[in-house]
Amino acid sequence: MNVHAPGSPGATGDSGLTVRDLVVGYGPVAALRGISLRVPRGAVVAVLGGNGAGKSTLLRAISGTLRFHRGGIASGDVTFDGERISGVEPSGVVARGVVQVPEGRRIFARMTVEENLRAGALGVRDRGANARARERVLGLFPILAERSRQRAGLMSGGEQQMLAIGRALMAAPRLLLLDEPTLGLAPIMAARIAETIQEINAQGTSVLLVEQNVATALALASHAYVLEVGEVALSGAARDLAGDDEVRRRYLGIDPDADGGTSAPGTPDAPGTPDVPAERRTLTRWSA
Amino acid sequence: MITFLELLVNGISVGAVYALIALGFVVIFKATEVVNFAHASLLLAGGYVIARLHEVLGFWLALLAGIATAALVGALVEFLVIRRANVAVRSVLAIVTIGVDIVLTTELTRRIGTEVLALGDPWRDRVLRVGEVSIAETRLVALAVAAALITAFLLAFKYTAWGVRMRAAAEDAETAALMGVRLGRVSLSAWAVAGALAAVAALFLCVFPTPGLDRGTGLAAMKAFPAAILGGLDSTTGALAGGLIVGLTEALMNGYQNQLAFLGRGVGDVAPFVVMLAVLLVRPAGLFGTREPARV
Repeated sequence: MNVHAPGSPGATGDSGLTVRDLVVGYGPVAALRGISLRVPRGAVVAVLGGNGAGKSTLLRAISGTLRFHRGGIASGDVTFDGERISGVEPSGVVARGVVQVPEGRRIFARMTVEENLRAGALGVRDRGANARARERVLGLFPILAERSRQRAGLMSGGEQQMLAIGRALMAAPRLLLLDEPTLGLAPIMAARIAETIQEINAQGTSVLLVEQNVATALALASHAYVLEVGEVALSGAARDLAGDDEVRRRYLGIDPDADGGTSAPGTPDAPGTPDVPAERRTLTRWSA
Repeated sequence: MITFLELLVNGISVGAVYALIALGFVVIFKATEVVNFAHASLLLAGGYVIARLHEVLGFWLALLAGIATAALVGALVEFLVIRRANVAVRSVLAIVTIGVDIVLTTELTRRIGTEVLALGDPWRDRVLRVGEVSIAETRLVALAVAAALITAFLLAFKYTAWGVRMRAAAEDAETAALMGVRLGRVSLSAWAVAGALAAVAALFLCVFPTPGLDRGTGLAAMKAFPAAILGGLDSTTGALAGGLIVGLTEALMNGYQNQLAFLGRGVGDVAPFVVMLAVLLVRPAGLFGTREPARV
């Protein structure tokens, strides 16, 4: 594996998010075993990996919510723009500009759309900033303005994901942590969410994206890390990873020997191409 | 008919006071998922301070002091006990509050002794007569004050940042934390507000026609417990409905006690619990409570 790690700690100074040798355990069970990664300012960085690889644990460690799951940081640290944020209360992490959109959306279903957005702004005292954030959110998601008085629980999955992202943006984050934002969404809605993530990033917010949909994630990100059982198994430029044989075989379901790999990473999960023999196609699908 | 009208007004008035107490239960339960069995001792503490200070400070200042004390005691219980107790199961904390209640109530009853303490309220035993219906002024004031406090509370719960914080934390604590809500402060404010409401309730439980504050006053707070339960422990609307139902049931049962002699004496004290059981048989989550969401 000769994909280098351009995001190695300390390589590009102190701006952005730096995770250094992070070890996290839930009781005696180690979930992260010495992870280091960087999200440079303005970048979109993806974290990939299967179930149980430690992706959600990583986000919890950054946002300070490990204790809700009886977990804790054993060693290592997390800094944002040079300031240590590991060991800081979740509210302190939010105040420093790092805000997470939780997995499974977790909107406040009993509250209205408007109240959900208000809840997102609770960590920020500045009224002017709140008004600007609201304008930005409603610009990104006009549907939230239309539905402002509706109970959030009554919206569709895609709309709820928009609300969850909009709610997080209300805190005017400098770094947005996204945990599986396209999970369980219809493909067209997943594509819209992906576009929105690009737009949010273009507006100047860095993004750390945790995804199981590898094709989408690699299309959005400039760099990516692949986690396996709590360790960084691979890392590198997203373009290099998307072209890497092992990643293609294991995560994109493309058999590199079959020369079917002309499909761009934007067309996900294609199990094979027509010129692959039927027998092998089945094999590829099962190994994906 | 006249008796019925009098009983009705008294029942609603007492019910509104129970609703104040039940609201305290509900606020604490929503914010921290703890059933607070120490509520009666918060109420007793507030009442005791009013009773002891009214001669020195005058009634209104004493009332303020009582409210502040009960709020402070509530906040202290949260800060010193609930927050430190490192238990995963919230029902264990409910049992911890029983311990807190025993400690506080024992100390307060020791101080009160066998006395019946007046609270020095300005309404005394004056009675308002409308036609043939006569109602104690204290009952009308209780009704007005409770209604005003409950309205203010519900508006704050719905519209202020404090309310949004409380509701967000109640619905999903972890996500609320991700939004920058400080759960410790939410919990602290819930206990303080519940204490303050309990102190106001203490006042109206001890004024005419009740002789005053005695060691049994805390028990009256336990009547708000079926009110909170039958309304649904996590519903503010439920606390109101539950309070009124319990107040009316109690007043009517006591008022018509002679016609209900076959049930034995003191049936008014039992009735709220019977109503609670009946409601729970039909609606296990209470009238307005949230059922555990079922995934379809």
